[in-house]
Amino acid sequence: MTDIEPDDTVDARGAACPGPLMDLIGRIRDAESGDVIRLLSDNDQSLTDVPEWAEEAGNELLAVEKLDDHDAFYVEKA
Amino acid sequence: MTEHVVIVGGGTGGSVLANDLADRLEPELDAGEVRVTLINDDPDHVYKPVWLYVPFGQREPADGRRALDELVDDAVDLRIDRVTEIDTEAQRLRFDGGAPPVSYDHLVLATGSTLEPDRIPGLAEGGHDYYSESGATDLRDELLAFTEGDLVLSVVGTPHMCPAAPLEFVFMADDWLRERGLREDVDITYTYPIQRVHGNPHIAEWARPIMEKRDIHVETFFNAESVDPEAETVTSMEETELDYDLLVTIPPHTGVELIEEAGLGDDGWVDVDKHTLEAEAAENVYALGDTADTGVPNAGSVAHYQAGVVGRRLASEIRGRPATATYDGKTLCFIETGMDAASFVEFDYENPPSPAPPSEKLHWSKLAYNEAYWLTARGLL
Repeated sequence: MTDIEPDDTVDARGAACPGPLMDLIGRIRDAESGDVIRLLSDNDQSLTDVPEWAEEAGNELLAVEKLDDHDAFYVEKA
Repeated sequence: MTEHVVIVGGGTGGSVLANDLADRLEPELDAGEVRVTLINDDPDHVYKPVWLYVPFGQREPADGRRALDELVDDAVDLRIDRVTEIDTEAQRLRFDGGAPPVSYDHLVLATGSTLEPDRIPGLAEGGHDYYSESGATDLRDELLAFTEGDLVLSVVGTPHMCPAAPLEFVFMADDWLRERGLREDVDITYTYPIQRVHGNPHIAEWARPIMEKRDIHVETFFNAESVDPEAETVTSMEETELDYDLLVTIPPHTGVELIEEAGLGDDGWVDVDKHTLEAEAAENVYALGDTADTGVPNAGSVAHYQAGVVGRRLASEIRGRPATATYDGKTLCFIETGMDAASFVEFDYENPPSPAPPSEKLHWSKLAYNEAYWLTARGLL
């Protein structure tokens, strides 16, 4: 369990690839610098998509939380 | 008691469904047991795939317009009006201008996509598109005058209508400029928001080598953040800056506001069961086409197939039988790979696409279907 408090959460569970990453990008687009967005995804592709994009965009992937049937990604906007 | 089916939206999904119900429920409609109303805010039905051809001078926007009252069966009540509120508790719709509200027993939302270029600073001023009638004709004027420089096609956000159309545009532009002897003086760059050139990995894997062969530059992980129309640059969230002389974009899309206001889903897309197409947040509400958040492409073929499913389910419900028809994710797309060749894909929730080898025959099949589409809208094909 992480104790990071997100500013906003995107629930993309059930969405097919690349839905979760696009939902995250959309939310980061509207966020302020320093905001932490939590993405919930049950699509395994997110485990590679999200870290790759976060690095490319200069945002920090603070944590990935493995939960029962999905993952939670905590991304801080640069 | 007369059961009232109300369809909001007269695009492909709404029109095909209205005609499907007119046929399927003919006995009930004749007996006055059922009433079907189709509501649209424009007297015309618009077939958007025509717009891809407008910038290349091959079609006119008027080729994609027909009056709804000529397409929709007379058994359907056609109402040209704008819905301003959906009350799913009272099962009632309100309208612009204070017209009396309308009650429904079954509601189908087929309100489609709208463009939101203003979400990206400078995009409306600096960018062109072929996702609207005026955008397509303006782009035609620009393209006809464009003889050298940087042509940038940028997919700004997904989901967007017709996911194949950005690839089609750069393939067609490449071919069109070659035919006119201008290709050596034009650099074409294609940008996409994720790490590949298309949302579907199978289509991306197929398209990328064609782009390399055709000397179409690719920028992936490019999410346009702002456009500077003076400097003619587009900058991404990933801090890549591209110069352009002609910028063509797929603007951000959204659904209609009243869906979010009704608590049916975010950004104007209705949260649905992706097999039954029933709204998750309300009873007796279906959504189809772009409006239904199923994760499949926002394409006319999807709306067409989903309309058949919703038609069968509604008929079962009205006749007091269990509704068993389900949508399996079926999607069908032709993909132009030039001015006289095209590929074709067919896929569903379980089976991925495998693009067919491009051929002239498939190109003509696409053009032939675009003409035959008017039979689809009438519910005949």
